[in-house]
Amino acid sequence: MNDILLEARNIGKRFGGVQALKDVSLTIRSGEIYGLIGPNGAGKTTLFNVFTGLYARDSGEVQFAGKALDLGSPHAVAAAGIARTFQNIRLFANMTALENVMVGRHVRTRAGVFSAILRTRAERAEEAGIRHRAEELLHYVGIADHANDLARQLSYGDQRRLEIARALATEPRLLALDEPVAGMNATETTALRSLIEGLRRDGLTVLLIEHDVKLVMGLCDRVAVLDYGEKIAEDVPEAVRANPIVIEAYLGASTA
Amino acid sequence: MKTHRERAGLALVALALIALPFVLAMAGTAWVRITNFAVLFALLSLGLNIVVGFAGLLDLGYVAFYAVGAYVYALLASPHFGLHLPFWVILPIGATVACVAGVILGAPTLRLRGDYLAIVTLGFGEIVRIFMNNLSSPVNLTNGPKGINRIDPFQIGPLNFSASDTFGALVFSGPIKYYYFLLLVLLAVIVINRRLQDSRIGRAWVAIREDEIAAKASGINTRNIKLLAFAMGASFGGIAGGMFAAIQGFVSPESFILNESIMVLAMVVLGGMGNIWGVIAGAVLLSFVPELLRYTVEPAQMALFGKLLIDPEVLRMLVFGLALVLTMRFRPAGLWPETRHRREMSEGRT
Ligand SMILES: Nc1ncnc2c1ncn2[C@@H]1O[C@H](COP(=O)(O)OP(=O)(O)OP(=O)(O)O)[C@@H](O)[C@H]1O
Ligand SMILES: [Mg+2]
Repeated sequence: MNDILLEARNIGKRFGGVQALKDVSLTIRSGEIYGLIGPNGAGKTTLFNVFTGLYARDSGEVQFAGKALDLGSPHAVAAAGIARTFQNIRLFANMTALENVMVGRHVRTRAGVFSAILRTRAERAEEAGIRHRAEELLHYVGIADHANDLARQLSYGDQRRLEIARALATEPRLLALDEPVAGMNATETTALRSLIEGLRRDGLTVLLIEHDVKLVMGLCDRVAVLDYGEKIAEDVPEAVRANPIVIEAYLGASTA
Repeated sequence: MKTHRERAGLALVALALIALPFVLAMAGTAWVRITNFAVLFALLSLGLNIVVGFAGLLDLGYVAFYAVGAYVYALLASPHFGLHLPFWVILPIGATVACVAGVILGAPTLRLRGDYLAIVTLGFGEIVRIFMNNLSSPVNLTNGPKGINRIDPFQIGPLNFSASDTFGALVFSGPIKYYYFLLLVLLAVIVINRRLQDSRIGRAWVAIREDEIAAKASGINTRNIKLLAFAMGASFGGIAGGMFAAIQGFVSPESFILNESIMVLAMVVLGGMGNIWGVIAGAVLLSFVPELLRYTVEPAQMALFGKLLIDPEVLRMLVFGLALVLTMRFRPAGLWPETRHRREMSEGRT
C-alpha cells in the first residue's frame, strides 16, 4: 500500500507570460486515490498533460514504478502504465463504443500490417481477445448495452464512462481522471463514485482532479492543492480542508 | 456463412465481370482499354483511400508514387538500359521503391495536418515529375521529357500481352488479357483493404483521423502509424504505375501531372471517402463518364443541329465539372459514403 508509484520532482511549465506550473513535486502511492484540487486555472490539467507526455515540460522529472518516465512521447507513457481521461471528453466520436475501447488495446497488442493482411491464426486470436476484453470493459463501466452505438450518440454520462473504459483497456497502473463528474447530475455522480471505488478495490491507483469537494473529501486518501501553479498543500482530506492557506486560496479565488 | 441468395448474386457479378471484355470488344477494343484504365484508377483510388479516407491525411501528390512505379517498370523492361526483367519481378520492386518514396515523403511531413500537409505533398508530386523531366543528363536515367519507349508488355509463359491469342471461338486480345490481370490485382487489393480496415492497424488509422491527441494518449504511436498509411498507399500506387507502363508501352513525365493526383482524389471524395465500394464506384464513374461524353456529344450535336456548335472537348469538361459541383452540393459525403463520414458531414450542416 505504501510503496511509491509515481514521483514527480520540480515540474515547471510556462505558457508565454503564464507560469502554469512552478516547481511542483508530488508522490503518489500504490493503491491510493490521490486528489488534485485547486481553483480554475491553477494548473491541474496542465500537470496531467505533462505527466502523459502531451505537453513538453520546461523542467522536472517523473519517476514511475521505479523508472524514469519518457515524457517526450505519449505512447511510451501509456505503455509504461499511465492512462487518462480528458476534462473536455475526447472520444473517437464516429467509432462505436466498442471500437473506442478496442483502440485502447492497441498498446498491449502487436499485430502488424502483414499478419492483418494474411489473417494469420495469431492475428485472429489476438483480435478475438481484443474484442472480448473490450466487451468486458464496457460491461465493467456499465454501458455494455451501447456497445454498437457511435460514441457521439451516447449520453454525456455514458461518454465519461466510455472514456474510462478506453483508458482501462490500456491496462494502466495509474488512472488519471480529469474532472470525471463535471456536468453530471447527483445520481450519475453517485454511480461514478462507486465505479471509482471499485477501481481502487481492484488494485488500481487513481489520480483524480475534481471540483466537487464532497466527492474529493469522501473518496481520496490524500489530496494536493494547486494554486497559481504551485502546490500549496498535500495531506489527508480533513487536514487539507482545515488548512488556512487552502481556505485563503479558495476564498481569494472566489471573491476575485 | 453467406446465404444462398448472396452466393448467387456474387456468382452472377463474377460471371458478368468475366464476360464483360468480350461484350465491350464488340463495341470496339477502345472500350476494353478504357475499362482497363478505369480498373487502374480504381487501384489508385484504393491506395489513396488508405491515406485520405482511413487515416485522414490529405495527400495531393499521390501521382508521384504512380510515376515511381511506372518508371521503375520502364527502366527495368525496355531497351533504354537493355534490361528486360519479367513483370512479376518488377512489380514488387516498383511497390518497394514507391513505398520507400512514401516513407521519405511521410517522415518529415507527418507533423503537418490538413492544408499544410496538402501543400507539402503537392510540392512532392511536382518535384518527382520535375526529376523525371530532368534526370537525362549528365547520366541519362529517365530520358527526360521524351520519355521511355518500347516498354515490354507482360509475358506469362507463351502468353504475350501485346498480341492476340485464339482459343476456339474466343479471341483474347492484348487489352483483354490485361483486363483479367487487372481484375485479379483489384480483387487482391480489395481483400487487403478490407482486412486492414478491420484490423488493429485500421482502427488506429481511424482513431488518428477522429482525434489525434486522444489516439496518442491511448498509446498509439501516431508517427509510425501515419507513416504506415503513407507507405501502404504508396505501394499500391507503385504497383498501379508498373501496370500502367506495361499497358501503355510508353511513359513520359507528362502522364504524372498534378491533374492526375486531383483526379484520383476526386474519385475518392466523389465515391465516398473511407468506403471501399464507394471509392471503386467513384473511380469507375469518373473514368467512364468523360469517355461516354466524348463519344456522344459530337453525334448528338450533329443529329440536333446538323453541325458542330460546341467543341466536344469543351463540353465534356463543362458537363464533367458541373456534375462534380452538383454531387458535392447535394451529397457532400460522396455518392456512397462510409457510414461514419456521412454522420460527420450531416452533423456539420445542421
Ligand atoms: N495550451 C495552452 N496554451 C496557453 N495557455 C495555457 C494552455 N493550457 C493551459 N494554459 C494556461 O495555464 C493555466 C493553467 O491551466 P489549466 O488548464 O492547467 O488549469 P486547471 O487547473 O485545469 O483549471 P480548470 O479547473 O479550469 O480546468 C491557465 O492560466 C491556462 O490559461
Ligand atoms: Mg482543467
